[in-house]
Amino acid sequence: MFDRQFIRRGVLPIIVAIALLSGTQAAAQIKIGIAEALTGNASQYGVAIRKGFELATGEITSSGGINGQKIELVIEDEQGKKEEAINVFKKLIFQDKVLILFGPTLSNSAQASDPVAQTAKVVVFGTSNTADGITSIGNYVFRNSVTEADILPVTLKVAAQKAGLKKVAVLYGNDDIFTKSGYDNFKRALQDLKIAVTTTETFAKGDVDFKPQLTKIKGTKPDAIVLSALVAEGAPIMVQARQLGIALPFVGGNGMNSPRVFELARDHSDNLWVGSPWSVESPAAENKRFIAAYQKAYGALPDQFAAQAYDAMYIAVLAMKKIKLTANLDTDRKALRDALPAVQWNGATGAFKFRQVTGRDGKPAGYDAVQTAIVMVTKSNQYVIQK
Amino acid sequence: MLAQQIINGLSLGGVYALFALGFTLLFGVLNVINLAHGAIFMIGAYAGLQAVLTFHFSLLPAVLVAMLAAGIAGLSLDRLILAPLRARRAPHLAPMIATIGVAICLTSLVEGYFGAENLRFPLDTLPASTVSLGDVQLSWLDLKIIFLALLLMAVMLWVIRHSRIGRALRGLAESPKAATLLGVNVEGLFLATSVISSILGGVAGVLIALYTNSVFPNMGQPMLHKGIAVVILGGMGDVRGALIGGFFLGFAEVLSIAYIGSSMRDAVAFGLLFCVLLIRPAGLFGHAPQRRV
Repeated sequence: MFDRQFIRRGVLPIIVAIALLSGTQAAAQIKIGIAEALTGNASQYGVAIRKGFELATGEITSSGGINGQKIELVIEDEQGKKEEAINVFKKLIFQDKVLILFGPTLSNSAQASDPVAQTAKVVVFGTSNTADGITSIGNYVFRNSVTEADILPVTLKVAAQKAGLKKVAVLYGNDDIFTKSGYDNFKRALQDLKIAVTTTETFAKGDVDFKPQLTKIKGTKPDAIVLSALVAEGAPIMVQARQLGIALPFVGGNGMNSPRVFELARDHSDNLWVGSPWSVESPAAENKRFIAAYQKAYGALPDQFAAQAYDAMYIAVLAMKKIKLTANLDTDRKALRDALPAVQWNGATGAFKFRQVTGRDGKPAGYDAVQTAIVMVTKSNQYVIQK
Repeated sequence: MLAQQIINGLSLGGVYALFALGFTLLFGVLNVINLAHGAIFMIGAYAGLQAVLTFHFSLLPAVLVAMLAAGIAGLSLDRLILAPLRARRAPHLAPMIATIGVAICLTSLVEGYFGAENLRFPLDTLPASTVSLGDVQLSWLDLKIIFLALLLMAVMLWVIRHSRIGRALRGLAESPKAATLLGVNVEGLFLATSVISSILGGVAGVLIALYTNSVFPNMGQPMLHKGIAVVILGGMGDVRGALIGGFFLGFAEVLSIAYIGSSMRDAVAFGLLFCVLLIRPAGLFGHAPQRRV
């Protein structure tokens, strides 16, 4: 046993000294908060996103950090739930005192948690939120995920030209904010392109049998089926359509843009048209470098979500390099917000810049991405770029 | 298109009936609304899938593995949860609430171990051949599901009507106390019922996973909601009711999609169900005061 005197005289000062030292060390690092769904249903996206962030951070650190300062990632699991996202945001902002915040994974959660960051005046940077209206929450809300409103019209236009679509049937999930918003965008694009709709059918989350809807669609003799669904429902829909003898092309939203289509709808996945900000087939040098680095680090091919997170980290770091950090967190957070909109970047997902949107009150609000979509069609369990 | 929709209705109805069969049996005998039936259904699907993926079993042995896994789940459910509650004479709602807990545990365990994403049986598990009759596409799986629902129900009805166990079960459903006095091994029968009900759920899990091409931790939840509706429609605890109720709901859904619109599907299906219950509050085969098997 140590005697009390020893603890008071010997150990305590050492502990205090270590605490002080590590305190000053932490101040020399730039804290970046990451709130993604690492468990639960949305973890298939969140885990890839975390890998993208960690890959970029590693590269930035080994090439000298931000003006000599290191990055410290504070990673929290928001479980893909609104309530958790709010909790995690509060922890990162008020307790960990991060300079900037990435996340959350789902648009649904972002609707609930982004106002927390806006009120606290901390930049929140989404890399996977594609639903309408996220960035209109306020001027501290940024995202580099291209919205479906930008991608779907391009996808439809290219598919209509190349496959000669005159009339289509529409099928979508009507109890999910993401697939419903995808449907709204498809509807607008179909009107703009003057493509007739033979019938509009819906399904609900957790449905497993889509044959009644598909049989009805078959009876209206469309040229293609426009599908706003997540892979979980979308893949069985494609399989069941082929089983019913429907060989029509499918035009899908962002939810269908996943290599998992090839597993879940194996051999029934041909002739699916999707648009994406990123493709594993995209030949740009920056993309090739990203894919090679990701494969070396994780032993698997990256997906769109990893690519967008990877680019987002570089975009944020470019802004951080431009500002002079002070000891005052509020000043630094504001300076970062002011520097971010001007950043332009050419990364794994191609040329990128921000575009300011208007908020619900009509005033300028947050920032969306300006990027060109890549349209692809599936063939023999692979994506083939069409543009 | 009507012919195809009738086939769709029959196979969807078969799916619902298959699920509801085990669910209604447990209620009929144990008087427990087993809200873990959806999770046991899911356990069956995952066990079958693992048998195919890991041990490269063909379909039939995979179904046997699913039955085994679901049976063990049913055994543990009764021994660990339901039997102690019976012994303590817990009030009516206690076992139902306990099964909600079991469902959450099982779903989380599977989600933690296998991940949340959708999985599927490999393509060559079942020949995906379809028969075309004019405009109608019929797969062997459609036929198997319809046939199996009918077969299982026939076997169950025969067992309950004509076998010794069936007589004991009916006596038990009537009055556990009287059955005990007559020398029926009540606890043993409760256990057997729980196991058989779960085995039926497990078989349904594999078949429905094959039919719909997807296996995921929450797959039992929507099925459970439909299953409860089917069982209430048919009459709680009645085996014939599960079958008729299943086909009723299947057809109501398919026809409302075909003629009214898919966004009205649940409104129409459950509206019809409501109307039936207005006329027969105990369900099609239900008898209000006493329970049946």
